[in-house]
Amino acid sequence: MAKVLMKGNEALAEAAIQAGCRHYFGYPITPQNEVTAYMAKRMPEVGGVFLQAESEVSAINMVYGAAGAGARVLITSSSPGISLMQEGISYIAGAEIPCVIANIMRGGPGLGDIQAAQSDYFQATKGGGHGDYKLIVLAPSTIQEMADLVQEAFDIADEYRNPVMILGDGMLGQMMEPVDFDNIKKNESKIEKPWATTGVGSRGHRNIINSLYLDPPVLEQHNYKIFKKYEKAQSKEKRYEMISCEDADVILVAYGTIARVAKNVMEIARREGKKVGLIRPISLWPFPEEPFEKTADKVKAYLTVEMSMGQMVEDVERAVKFKKPVHFYGRPGGMVPEPAAILNEIEKIYGGVK
Amino acid sequence: MAVVFEKTKGLTDTPFHYCPGCTHGIIHRLVAEVMEELNVLDKAIGVAPVGCAVFAYEYFNCDMQEAAHGRAPAVATGIKRVHPDKVVFTYQGDGDLAAIGTAETVHAAARGENITVIFVNNAIYGMTGGQMAPTSLIGQQTLTTPYGRTPENNGYPVKMSEMLSTLQGAAYIERVSVYDVKHVRAAKKAIKNAFMAQIQKKGFSMIEVLSSCPTNWGVSPNEALQWIKTNMEPYYPLGVYKNTLEEVK
Repeated sequence: MAKVLMKGNEALAEAAIQAGCRHYFGYPITPQNEVTAYMAKRMPEVGGVFLQAESEVSAINMVYGAAGAGARVLITSSSPGISLMQEGISYIAGAEIPCVIANIMRGGPGLGDIQAAQSDYFQATKGGGHGDYKLIVLAPSTIQEMADLVQEAFDIADEYRNPVMILGDGMLGQMMEPVDFDNIKKNESKIEKPWATTGVGSRGHRNIINSLYLDPPVLEQHNYKIFKKYEKAQSKEKRYEMISCEDADVILVAYGTIARVAKNVMEIARREGKKVGLIRPISLWPFPEEPFEKTADKVKAYLTVEMSMGQMVEDVERAVKFKKPVHFYGRPGGMVPEPAAILNEIEKIYGGVK
Repeated sequence: MAVVFEKTKGLTDTPFHYCPGCTHGIIHRLVAEVMEELNVLDKAIGVAPVGCAVFAYEYFNCDMQEAAHGRAPAVATGIKRVHPDKVVFTYQGDGDLAAIGTAETVHAAARGENITVIFVNNAIYGMTGGQMAPTSLIGQQTLTTPYGRTPENNGYPVKMSEMLSTLQGAAYIERVSVYDVKHVRAAKKAIKNAFMAQIQKKGFSMIEVLSSCPTNWGVSPNEALQWIKTNMEPYYPLGVYKNTLEEVK
């Protein structure tokens, strides 16, 4: 298969199928409806299961059941739907079940709107549901990267027995770009799932999928065990891109769709003689501190750009360890920061206004 | 010496945590015996609820998943769609199935999801200490209806078997009880029919079992059994509400 022109949502769905996902449970919500439509058409072709649930609450619990029974399972939704799934996500993390969840974010809070936004960063990276757990969160900025990360997300989920979230937005879901599915790097070492509920059969013992541990010392140990995995993730799963940061005075920090705009801004600023760089976190949890450690002593300031009120800013400040100012420019509610406005913020930093 | 009784292989050796006089133990045994007799323990996957039967995964001697409150039919759906040839069942109480999980229950039935649901209706929330259930009777005193359940404030108890039997996807629906030996035997036959419906791939099956809660009803175990017969059975008539089974000898 050569490169094909696809919508982001469709590429997300196809990448999951290419990664061996044969079970998808969904509920319609804009702007991710192409995923459900694509899966409804495609799953029967590959002998898989597409099921439209009666709600996001039910859909995520179908994922709990199916993934607990050993299947590779994808679930997708958009912001309000992801909020409804938080109960199930907490149970999935607690019961140590692997699955991939994609949030094609839209504007909030509440019913908000259906335009692209990045205002679910806190929900994705800081917990979302109840209890001590983490999602591994990956944020693509192109449709090719979306396809690549879906494969990685399944592999990471299986390795850690933990849900992995693909955090995209409505723009990434709706836009079309060429995608190459042939060269996606696959993890060839197949991960066995001896813990899955497949029926006792010849196994000789029962498998139980559960997150209930009524005895506090036992639950404490269970939490420690889960956090051991997160320690490993923190050492192994940080991903980022760094562009033109070596000589930069000002470094833009942006992820996902808005990182593309930030990259353009960086190039315009460079043409104007301003030394601007870009740090693009790809894993939002674990958050990549390394590019900030490498640059904090040399750079004048950072400018975080988001399609939200600045939910990533505190992670950037933490990574910079308050050595340098971390400025913010963003627009919430489904509005996208324009290059001229971002350039203006860079001007202010250069002019010492900020 | 001839063996006249053996504990079913369908139950583990873990002692039940249920209160004295509670009929959960009987219902567990019936489900376990049926699975053993149908020879499906090796390919059974059960889903435990939130409620008094939350530890059902400790008791049924097969693979088990513990679901969030009310979500067991959705979890069972996920399992069954991965393993269509395995036997998948849920075991749920009235709060779990008929209040917080009503949507999951109704839609699993509407889809004709090929799973078996064991619905234990004891007209009260047991585990949380005796609050009103969706199936609590008019006039019934509970922690949250201390002056008795009134239609004005609380509406009417939900008749799940009647409701679900209107759905085309429902293959076998029966309401039974376990307040005496005769009814225990009938309950076992019903549970077997429900599992048979699944094995025959007929669709959704549910057995509603009128059950006792002496602790939260505030009566003795024996009085609790009488209470089922006197108070619950008139409002919740026993019987087969839906049957699409092929005749089995």
